[in-house]
Amino acid sequence: MATKDILGKSINVDEEGYLTDHSQWDKEIANALAKELNVELTDAHWKVLDFIDRDFKEKGVVPGIRRIKKVGNIPTKELYELFPDKPIKTAAMISGYPKPASCV
Amino acid sequence: MKNLLILGAGTAGTMMANHLRKQIDLNQWSISIVDEEPQHYYQPGFLFMPFGIYEPADVVQPKKKFVGKGVEYIQASIDRVDGDHNKVLLQDGNELPYDILIIATGCHPAPEEVEELTGSGWGKDVHEFYTFEGSSKLAEAMKGFNGGKLVVHIAELPIKCPVAPLEFAFLADWWLGQKGIRNKTEITYVTPLSSAFTKPTASKMLGHMLEDKNIRVVTDFNISEVDHQAKQMKSWGEESVDYDLLVTVPPNMGSEMVDRSGLGDELNFIATDPHTLQSKAHSNIFVLGDATDLPTSKAGSVAHFQAEILTENILSYMKGDALNARFDGHANCFVESGHNKAILLDFNYEQEPVPGTFPLPGIGPMKLLRESRLNHIGKMAFRWVYWNVLLPARPMPGISPHMTKLGKEIPKKPKQPNAA
Repeated sequence: MATKDILGKSINVDEEGYLTDHSQWDKEIANALAKELNVELTDAHWKVLDFIDRDFKEKGVVPGIRRIKKVGNIPTKELYELFPDKPIKTAAMISGYPKPASCV
Repeated sequence: MKNLLILGAGTAGTMMANHLRKQIDLNQWSISIVDEEPQHYYQPGFLFMPFGIYEPADVVQPKKKFVGKGVEYIQASIDRVDGDHNKVLLQDGNELPYDILIIATGCHPAPEEVEELTGSGWGKDVHEFYTFEGSSKLAEAMKGFNGGKLVVHIAELPIKCPVAPLEFAFLADWWLGQKGIRNKTEITYVTPLSSAFTKPTASKMLGHMLEDKNIRVVTDFNISEVDHQAKQMKSWGEESVDYDLLVTVPPNMGSEMVDRSGLGDELNFIATDPHTLQSKAHSNIFVLGDATDLPTSKAGSVAHFQAEILTENILSYMKGDALNARFDGHANCFVESGHNKAILLDFNYEQEPVPGTFPLPGIGPMKLLRESRLNHIGKMAFRWVYWNVLLPARPMPGISPHMTKLGKEIPKKPKQPNAA
């Protein structure tokens, strides 16, 4: 466990930089994280991030590509256009949630 | 007479039928179980068939044989559950009313979910080992394999038995070595996750195994389609992986009857309370095994531990009492690593796999998160235990449904603020 300086605030993160305390997240933090990941957030990006936020609150995990397509109504092609490099990992990090993991 | 109805006579459904028939008053309750497929497969055996370690006959028995006396066995296809009217509709037009429903309809590979996966090479140089037919066909293909690019792939998560693809890669490394063609084979493990092992301790302790066995790992690969002419898998991220023999785990989905019943999520898994195993939609519907949406492994051991908890809760529910038994996500899984060795994992919702001993602290005899020959012997012996102890719901002394912390090397770390 570590901390990271984002916009002058000390934010709790894991070894890879994913936020471990979502209460520390806000839209400015999101924009700062996005910038580090070479993503400029537009309304279309926020549609994805808002869905991840709603869904995590309901399910307790970051949604996968299928759920983002079927429930979030964001087709996979569009998801990859918005977040070209490892979209789920990238979107999870920007939205302040843990990256998806398996049981092992 | 009240009706307790179980949908699915696989591992979970059969165990529930056998637990309950011994504990409820069969003068007041009738127990019925419904399944459309007459064959019960020992699914862990599907991993061994491609390597000739098991023959097809070793892994199949009739389902009905394992459902004990006092339970009505109905072979039929289910149309859907009408939760608002407490009845199940069968495809033949019959209706089964219930007072309590237990859904144990499992999950299955759905290769049609990946574009072109079942194209011209399917069953020839593109295979899966998550069905009896698939594993049998792959066994034939392996006999004829003489080197080249062997790719082991996971299309999407969750899958049942999440370690099986890794086990396949480890066994292939060993088996090809035995056949003298390991030098002529490139083994590549392709996953949508960002690493082969995603939990920190397992990753630290086992991550080196892939490199040691010269297995290349391709991560963050989300398959978009298969090109059978070029023998290539493509991803949404515009990467590609070439193969001569592709062993894939297709997306796993819950039963279509779950979708027809309006009970499923995007993969047809049912929203279930993670502790009581009650469905979130109807208080008299319970769910266990691979059919749930719970954040733990889809595995036989999980169904076994759930069955013990759910039996207690069903008995409470029948009396109108609170559901006090709580499932903790406990899973106990062997990981075959080749060379007659295996690793054992024991974990739950809260606790990642860590080193230690199982089931007894210090004594074991199984080692957790470490390879041992005894672990492998345990895995092979388990087939007998499955048919003769697990399915008939006979007691397994010393093994609690709740994961124990005793015997585990759990690192002390400061409590983290909750991320959710």
